[in-house]
Amino acid sequence: MTFPLISFYVFAAITTLAALAVITVRSPVHAALCLVLTFFSAACTWLLADAEFLAIVLVLVYVGAVMVLFLFVVMMLDVDIDPLREGFIKALPVGLLVAVVMLVEMLTLIGVRALQLPAPGDPALAAGMSNTQWLAMALFSQYLLPFEIAALILTVAIVAAIPLTLRRRQGVRMQDPARQVRVQPGERLRIVKMVAEKPAPQPETSSP
Amino acid sequence: MNYIIDAYQFCASHFPTLTMAIGLLLFPLLPVIIAVAMYVWWERKVIGWMHVRVGPNKIGPFGLLQTFADVFKLLLKEVVYPARANKALFVLAPLWALVPAFAAWAVVPIGSHVAWSDANAGLLFLLAMTSMGVYGIIIAGWASNSRYAMLGAMRSAAQVVSYEIAMGFSLVSVLILAGSLNLSDIVNAQAGSKGALDWFFLPLLPMFVIYFVSGIAETNRLPFDMAEGESEIVAGFHVEYSGAPFAVFFLTEYANMILVSFMVPLLFLGGWLSPFPVSWGWIGAPGWWWLFAKMFVFATAYLWLRATFPRYRYDQIMRLGWKVFIPITLAWVFVAGCMKYFGWVVAGA
Repeated sequence: MTFPLISFYVFAAITTLAALAVITVRSPVHAALCLVLTFFSAACTWLLADAEFLAIVLVLVYVGAVMVLFLFVVMMLDVDIDPLREGFIKALPVGLLVAVVMLVEMLTLIGVRALQLPAPGDPALAAGMSNTQWLAMALFSQYLLPFEIAALILTVAIVAAIPLTLRRRQGVRMQDPARQVRVQPGERLRIVKMVAEKPAPQPETSSP
Repeated sequence: MNYIIDAYQFCASHFPTLTMAIGLLLFPLLPVIIAVAMYVWWERKVIGWMHVRVGPNKIGPFGLLQTFADVFKLLLKEVVYPARANKALFVLAPLWALVPAFAAWAVVPIGSHVAWSDANAGLLFLLAMTSMGVYGIIIAGWASNSRYAMLGAMRSAAQVVSYEIAMGFSLVSVLILAGSLNLSDIVNAQAGSKGALDWFFLPLLPMFVIYFVSGIAETNRLPFDMAEGESEIVAGFHVEYSGAPFAVFFLTEYANMILVSFMVPLLFLGGWLSPFPVSWGWIGAPGWWWLFAKMFVFATAYLWLRATFPRYRYDQIMRLGWKVFIPITLAWVFVAGCMKYFGWVVAGA
């Protein structure tokens, strides 16, 4: 057993255990943190397969941004988990069925892949460049149109998500920070020139 | 001396991963920790001078050992766990902040291809590691079971995620011009016969400014330290931390500041390249001293900003990030693409 193989087994075991923990731990915050661990160890296994670009992007996008927002929401909502658990036994047969179907699909896919022996070699290695460079070349030349369409769909989805959540409430004292930042001293402050006044000399009072 | 080299080569050939791990521990970590101690001293000195005070001057020559005294005090203090805090996560949070902050140093070069990991996706790795550091803050805020800590964590999460976008786009424009994700290649792409005029800060001037400002926002430093905001939420996410875990948060923050101060010269100011043309002899020769001098300037700029500016308000920070920085960076990525396409800027020329 070589060191990369041992590390693969370790990372794969952590990925599986963390994924199991996501659906079994009680607290939603702990579940979200376990999902972070799942992503991270999955990225480690990809790194072992020399897919460094995908691995780092997985950490960057999912761990660094998506899960932060996820955690943000979970912490803010303070989800009460008990009502969610009530239907667990009732939904179990459906869940098991879906799981079995997915497993069969995956096994079929792996079987089909195994039939096309020998496995295709690493295209990046064949082209003599790094994984990142090869992926960029393929994405931006060969698959440019699908890539741009995917980007467009995502942009439309973001724009659509914003109007869904945006609502103008009446009677709220909203501030406009842009206006506040742009404010000039002249609008708020008036400097007045005044002649310095001397206090009138007090008439001397003769003490009794 | 030969024995040491032989021993090193034996270890490196037989246990490469272990050697790398110990090497990482010895090379970036110890110097970074000492640099952090010196940086804290320098911060207190600079801010002292700006306030017309002396700053620390009692312990050691010029007060140099002041930070070490503070650290020992912190390490010897009791660690107080708040009631009903989530103890496991409470302890884990500072480590979760610290580990990515130090892991990022693995790809930082101090000379051409002189880095622990000369990875070809180095810049992405660095971005991924720094984006993970925010977990430490969020978890600290949540696990403390305290309102102030929670508010600080929420502010920090929103702020860091927002500014990461602007930061990412400013890096994209650097990548377009350099044509590589390797940090050494990025610096070498800035080399040229005109010295400082060949660096990326000129064609990418708005990005250079935005990168440094976003770096300040990412490290939660003044004037963007909403996560701490003493006047509003006491000390934000680390309000419940004392003793050693607090020291770890402190160490992380300053290590990240030094990291940003390294990244700005590497990406925009030619790293270890000399500002003078190579043809000028020894003064035009590249070397690590240039990188460290540039790093020192930005590290001091951090302190200068801290002593100069009042804290931004939270909604103003969000406006600056989303409505000012992101549109500018989006436009400038296009400009950088044009520069590359029409050959206005040629890497390594």
